[in-house]
Amino acid sequence: MSNLVSQIEFKNFNFYYGKYHALKGINLGLSKNKVTAFIGPSGCGKSTLLRTINRMYDLYPEQRAEGELLLDGHNILGRDIDLSVLRAKVGMVFQKPTPFPMSIYDNIAFGVRLHESLSKAEMDERVEWALRKSALWDEVKDKLYKSGMSLSGGQQQRLCIARGVAVKPEVLLLDEPTSALDPISTMRIEELIDELKNDFTIVIVTHNMQQAARISDFTAYMYLGELIEFGETDRIFVKPSKKQTEDYITGRFG
Amino acid sequence: MGVGELNSPLQKGITSKDEKLGRARHDVLDIVFAWLTRSVAFLVLVILAGILVSLCVAAWPSIKEFGLNFLITTEWNPPMQKFGAVVPIYGTLVTSAIALFIAVPVSFGIALFLTELAPVWMRRPLGVAIELLAAIPSIVYGMWGLLVFAPIFADKVQPALTATLGKLPLIGALFQGPAMGIGLLSAGVILAIMIIPFIASVMRDVFAVTPVMVKESAYGLGCTTWEVVWNVVLPHSKAGVVGGVILGLGRALGETMAITFVIGNTNFLSSASLYMPGNSITSALANEFGEASPGLHTSALMELGLLLFVITLIVLMLSKLFLARLAKGEGTKS
Repeated sequence: MSNLVSQIEFKNFNFYYGKYHALKGINLGLSKNKVTAFIGPSGCGKSTLLRTINRMYDLYPEQRAEGELLLDGHNILGRDIDLSVLRAKVGMVFQKPTPFPMSIYDNIAFGVRLHESLSKAEMDERVEWALRKSALWDEVKDKLYKSGMSLSGGQQQRLCIARGVAVKPEVLLLDEPTSALDPISTMRIEELIDELKNDFTIVIVTHNMQQAARISDFTAYMYLGELIEFGETDRIFVKPSKKQTEDYITGRFG
Repeated sequence: MGVGELNSPLQKGITSKDEKLGRARHDVLDIVFAWLTRSVAFLVLVILAGILVSLCVAAWPSIKEFGLNFLITTEWNPPMQKFGAVVPIYGTLVTSAIALFIAVPVSFGIALFLTELAPVWMRRPLGVAIELLAAIPSIVYGMWGLLVFAPIFADKVQPALTATLGKLPLIGALFQGPAMGIGLLSAGVILAIMIIPFIASVMRDVFAVTPVMVKESAYGLGCTTWEVVWNVVLPHSKAGVVGGVILGLGRALGETMAITFVIGNTNFLSSASLYMPGNSITSALANEFGEASPGLHTSALMELGLLLFVITLIVLMLSKLFLARLAKGEGTKS
């Protein structure tokens, strides 16, 4: 593990919803160009932890973080951080597909326009690149100017991934990206994640333990706001070192 | 009570000969209910048709006498039995346009602040205060407009407008002339205050139903609050926003009491200035109906009422067309 670079690092990280202490003393390093899965029972804080990496919690004044959260060695919790720049570096995909009410093309171009000014030709190229990366190009190339809402659920979710990818982030956060999809669509997204990790660092929250085992390189098991165990997925699922992790993975609770 | 006790009457009902009777009672109730709802739904159509027909019948003498001239002449002279409706139509359209011009951006700002920016503790009291504005009777707005608003408007606002907007080419002519406080512009401003609560509360409600996850997606791409509202929330809620604006416009077109107090009630239109007193369809009706002699004068007033009805109908149809166009712009749905 020594040759891996930690791109994201939590150091003595705490998180609060008002007075509620939701994440307790998290220390965790996430490696570049790897897939890390956060698993644990509902309410354990895995989504909360994910949402700190792009500081989504900033939208809600009663939520706050303490400690250090380093992205490429820089603490991103400071007030001086430009959230727009941070979020260009850290893309996010949600539990349900969230296409914007605009055409497929504009859904992708929208985010790019926020950060870069490209010519029409460059933008066309970028849109195609993002859609190819997200394995959606062949299905939508003839209807780029139709509403993003007209796609199927699985296609919409890949559109959302393409939208995130188009901005060329370093990190992609996936918050239970397949929880609203059928098995076939889920499989396609999982294949896609395997492709994408060549270009991006991927952090995924999932309720589905088989999914975590299939697609992730590292797994973090959380319980009641604490990080119980973290390590290579193969080891965690075959030979967890903590009893609690084993109980959860083997389905004894959770 | 045990489960068995609950179940036994039910089971008895299913097995006994009461079954048919129960089923029949059920069917009768359903049929009665269906007829009841159907008849109240049709009642609306009947009332609408009734109003339209009686307006047309009552307006017929005037329509026959003046024909299209009613719509294009300005002379409104009851003693001479000459009636042309340009002044009240112009007044209605202009005051409503001024009202929308002011109320739409203000309401948008209010709704935006209430849903996206205001701290949570402030949202309810502020929202209630805005809804209370809608509860003030229109006659109170009228009196307030005439006695409080108009003098201040004449003293402070109109001179300032003349000194600034009045100097501009083209639209300058709208803001010149004697500052009297009452007139088309004042009526428009009062109307704006009256329709802001309607538009603002509809906009707030439709903004609030934009899914949080969609908004977060936009924030997650690096959008500012303004970009999220403009590119995501507004397109998401466009039908509701247009609906709210139409609701406000409908109220503005039909508002009577407040307008009558401040519009000036004159049927002469001598300049383009918005400072000039004028008349609206509703205030003409309110002022003249009581003393109108039967015959052409009453009939002309009825035709004014019919016109207001038609204008409202056109506004409604335009808004539907507009929504259909917006839907096209977003990309066709297959």
